[in-house]
Parts: sequence; C-alpha cells; structure tokens
Amino acid sequence: MDEPIVVAEGLHKRFGDVHALRGLDLAISAGKVCGLLGPNGAGKTTAVRILATLADPDAGRARVAGHDVVREADRVRALIGLAGQYAAVDEKLTGRENLRMFGRLHHLSRARARRRADELLERFGLAEAADRVAGTYSGGMRRRLDLMASLLVAPRVLFLDEPTTGLDPRSRGEIWDAVRRLADDGTTVLLTTQYLDEADRLADDIVVIDHGRVIGQGTPDELKATLGNRVDVLLEEPGSSAVAADVLAAMTGTAPHAPSPGRLTSPAPASLRLADVVRELDRADVAVTDVTLRRPSLDEVFLHLTDGTAHDPPAAPDTSAGQDVPADPNGAVRQAVPAGRGVGAGQGGRVGGTARDDEGEVA
Amino acid sequence: MAVTTMAGTGWRGRLRWTIEDGATLVGRELSRMRHEPGELVAALVFPAVMVLMFGYVMGSAIKVPGGGDYREYLMPGLFAMVTFSSVMAMTMKVATDASRGVMDRFRSMPMSRMAVPFGQTGADALSGALNLVIMAVMGLLVGWQPHDGPLRALAAFALLALLRYGLSWAGCYLGLVVRNEQTADQMLPLLFPVSMLSNAFVPTEGMPSWLRMIADWNPVSAATAACRQLFGNPGAPSADAAWPVAHPVAATICWSLLLMAVFMPLSIRAYHRKGR
Repeated sequence: MDEPIVVAEGLHKRFGDVHALRGLDLAISAGKVCGLLGPNGAGKTTAVRILATLADPDAGRARVAGHDVVREADRVRALIGLAGQYAAVDEKLTGRENLRMFGRLHHLSRARARRRADELLERFGLAEAADRVAGTYSGGMRRRLDLMASLLVAPRVLFLDEPTTGLDPRSRGEIWDAVRRLADDGTTVLLTTQYLDEADRLADDIVVIDHGRVIGQGTPDELKATLGNRVDVLLEEPGSSAVAADVLAAMTGTAPHAPSPGRLTSPAPASLRLADVVRELDRADVAVTDVTLRRPSLDEVFLHLTDGTAHDPPAAPDTSAGQDVPADPNGAVRQAVPAGRGVGAGQGGRVGGTARDDEGEVA
Repeated sequence: MAVTTMAGTGWRGRLRWTIEDGATLVGRELSRMRHEPGELVAALVFPAVMVLMFGYVMGSAIKVPGGGDYREYLMPGLFAMVTFSSVMAMTMKVATDASRGVMDRFRSMPMSRMAVPFGQTGADALSGALNLVIMAVMGLLVGWQPHDGPLRALAAFALLALLRYGLSWAGCYLGLVVRNEQTADQMLPLLFPVSMLSNAFVPTEGMPSWLRMIADWNPVSAATAACRQLFGNPGAPSADAAWPVAHPVAATICWSLLLMAVFMPLSIRAYHRKGR
C-alpha cells in the first residue's frame, strides 16, 4: 500500500462568488489520522464533502482507496464513513433504531444490523440511553451516535467534519477517546477542526489550509520546528523590561515582543542556550522570575501561517486573532531556570528539522 | 467486512436494494409514528376545527344546492383538503432531513439513489392512509356516511390515496429544493387559501366567473367532486361546470398522474444533484 489511501489533486470548487477551494492537494497514508486545520471558511468542509462524494469538484480529482470520487462514487461510498458537526441522526427515533436503520441501509442483514448496533452502543457508552429518542440526547451523546452511525461497517476511511465544534470539554474528551481508539485499530481518519489542541492531540499529520489551499503541512513537531524555538522571560520588575529587551535583542537578533507588562517573548535561534540567557540577564542586573526556552505552540504556528506575516512573533496565542482556541500546554518544553544545564539535546535536535512544505512561509 | 456495493450487482440487485432501502425508510416512518402517535392526531386538529366551524357554525346558514345535509356536503371537501396538506407535510419532512444532515448521510452511503425519494413518499402514503381512516371515523361521528355501497366508497379512498401519492412527490421536490425547515414551515399557511379556492366548502356557481374558473380547475375541486360522486353525498356539479368538476374521477386520476410524471423525475434529479 504505497499509494496514499486518500489523494486529492488540484481540487477547485466555487460557489457563486466564493472560491472555496483553489487547487487543494492532499495525500493521506493508510492508518494515519490527518488533521485538516484552518480558520472558518478556509475550505475544510468543502474538501471533506468532495472526498465523501457529496459534492463534485469543479476541477481537479480525488481518489479514495484508488477509486475516483466522482466516477466511482458508489465504490467510494462503500468504503467511507462520514460524521460531523450536524449530527445527522433522526431525532425522532431512538439511538438503537437509528443505528439499525443505518445498518440496514448499509445493507447489513437484519440480524447483523441489530448485533452491530448493540456492539456500538455498548462500546461508546450509550447502551443505557439506547431506547430513548435521540431528540432527548445531549449534544455530546448525539455526536457520539452520529459517529457510531458512520462506523456500522468499519470504514476504511472515516471523515470527521468538526466533530467537536460546540461541545463542552467533557464531551470533546469522549469524542477524542473514540477517535483515538479508532485510529489505534488502524482506521484512516481525516479530521477537520478549528481547534489546535484537537489537531495536536489526535493527528499524526496536520495540513493547514486557508483560502482553499494548503499553506503548511507536516507532523505537529515538524510544523512547530518551522517556527524555531521561542524564549519567554518573566521579569520580577516590569520596569526593567527595556534593559531586558536590549539583552534579548542582542542575543536573538530580533526585538522581543511584550504580550503583557513584565513578560517578553522572542523567537530564538537554534544555537541559543538557556544558560546564556540567564547569565546575560544576570550580568545586566535584570531580576527574572522565569525564563523558558520552548518550542512554539501549534497556535503560534497556525497564526504564523494563516496571517502570512513575516517572522515577527505573533501576539500571545491565547488572546490574539479572536480564535476560539484554548491554550496549548503540551506544546511547551519547559526548562527550570536556576539549573545551569543547557537546552535539552533532544529539543535542540528538533530545531531546524525538516519542514516539508514551506510555501507561503517567510521563514 | 460485510460490505455490499451497489455497483457490480446488476440491475436485478439494484432493484432489490431499491425496494429494500425503500422498505427500511418506510419502517423508519412506522417507528416515528410509534414514538409520536400524537403527530398523526395533530395533523387532524385543523380539519376537526374545520368540521366545527363550517359544519356547525357557518353550515347552519349555508344551503346545499339541490338540497341535503351540509356536513355531508362538507366531508368530501375536508377529505380532499387533508389530502392536499400532505404536500406541506412532505416538504417539511424532506427539508428537515436535508437541513439536519440526514440526507447527506443517506447520500454518503452506498444506497440506491432512488430509494430515498421512493421510501419517503411511500412512508407518506402510509401515514396518509391512517389519516383517512381517522378522518372517516370523524366524519361518521358528525353524521356523514357513504351512501352508494362499500365498493364505491373504497374507490373514493383509493382515488384520494392516489392523489396524495402524486402530491407527496410534489412535496418531496419542494423539500429538496427548499432544504430548510423554517422556509418550509412558512409555506404552510399558503395551504389554506388554496383549499378554500375550490368547491370544498361552498359551491363555485356563485363565484365571479374568473374566480370560478380557477376554483373549478383547482385539483381540490376535482377530488372533492369525485368523492361526493362516489360517496353519494349531496352537491352534484351544475351542468355548466368546467371539465374537471364535470368529470371528477377522470380529472383526479389525470391530476395524480400528471403530478407523478412531473415531480418524480424532478425529485430524483434534485436528490442526485450534489454540491452546496
């Protein structure tokens, strides 16, 4: 299986004046979870709809497991599952009835549809609510039922279109667990999301799209590496920030950014060592509470890519751009300040690692 | 993996799956009815109110041409009106499926493409039949009854069922085009004037000639006149009535076939049409 299981080449799609896709290319290897990440209106849903045979591209072509999504739509349909933000279930039927109905429509025998429904209800923790009408379900339960309905015949490729948009954190966690387990079982998943932590948590590969084309892709680590390291300094005295800024500028070659008083952040060259930063600040008589050398969060990568700005650091990720994105605590590799140790070797090694797709990047 | 694809099974297999998928969707309607039997009844609240308002309030002042009880005259009109309401019910159902993504789920599955419109109209025929039964019981309660024997009465109900099936295809098409529950909901009040502009409640003879022309050609009029004829209820059309009212059974059959001929292909095409 050398050919990727999902391939899209130069997809274009236009809705009136809106050019939703402008030459989207995509390749997903079998067994991987691919996160399609982008702001609202980037073309994520359109891409999924084309791959799931719900829409035809104006130009370009796409194949799922070797079958063309336009010419061999029926073959593709037999191999895919689709679930998403709309929770496409019949609200007037019970969870069990929904699954049995969709099972029958997938051409499972009556007995097999029944058995499969029971299995899934058990596995996704909906057994107790199975005989309640889906209209009475919470948003999270409905989304899980929707996900189950797409798993009735163990799809080769599962398309999840913003599966957790609008869900509370606990329900999101439940969907995440479910997706993780599917991926562990070898299902290929294409997941669209506008939540960076979701992509970071679930995806093996991330494709960032904006304005209908790919603007960056790679593993979460590779994407982070394209931005290089960052150094954050928290000062004891906000008054000393001018001095500290000069010190940092001299060391990193870039004027640092002050997301809040007493806090400075700056991109860091790969050669920068934490101990040197601490020493230089100490020499300039700047008292610090915390110095961190870390990899950028996915938020920063995302903002960097979608803004199309130069290497100038974006503002603090959790407050900028109106993105509804929780901060990403896992992205940062923290270093204790007082230790005289340098930057961790593993981390340093990753800096400057391969960035596969630099188009649209000024790095 | 027990996956059966549509492709490669030939037309026989395709036909089989069309029928099985359609049957599954009819089963869906049965389950819905079981959970919300109230909906069947709710659909009849309006005709019940009509029976009260027209049968008892206004009917007391309306004289049936040629004599006879007004409620006997009214019931065939209400049968026709309820039959027409299926357009909106169907539009609502299909638009709800389309806007909630259920239709997309159907489309993303290896189902027969014809099964969804056929299944949904088939399911509607089923609830339509139940509706007629309840309506007939309601009619018997207020003093209506068929006078010309069970065969002609059955023929009248069969005619109504045929018309309803044709109308449900029109509703299916509208729902696929509208794709939005709210819009479908707003279309609902249009139904009343359409059924009023007919011979369902009053004879058309007294209307201005241009209005009478419209009313006589309204399919509601043909269905109403056909029911009156077959049930032996009062209100035989006058000699100068337009063709559909003078030959109501043939006209109703024509209307039904015409609706199917137009809206079956349109619905199937609309269901197939992708993109958005």
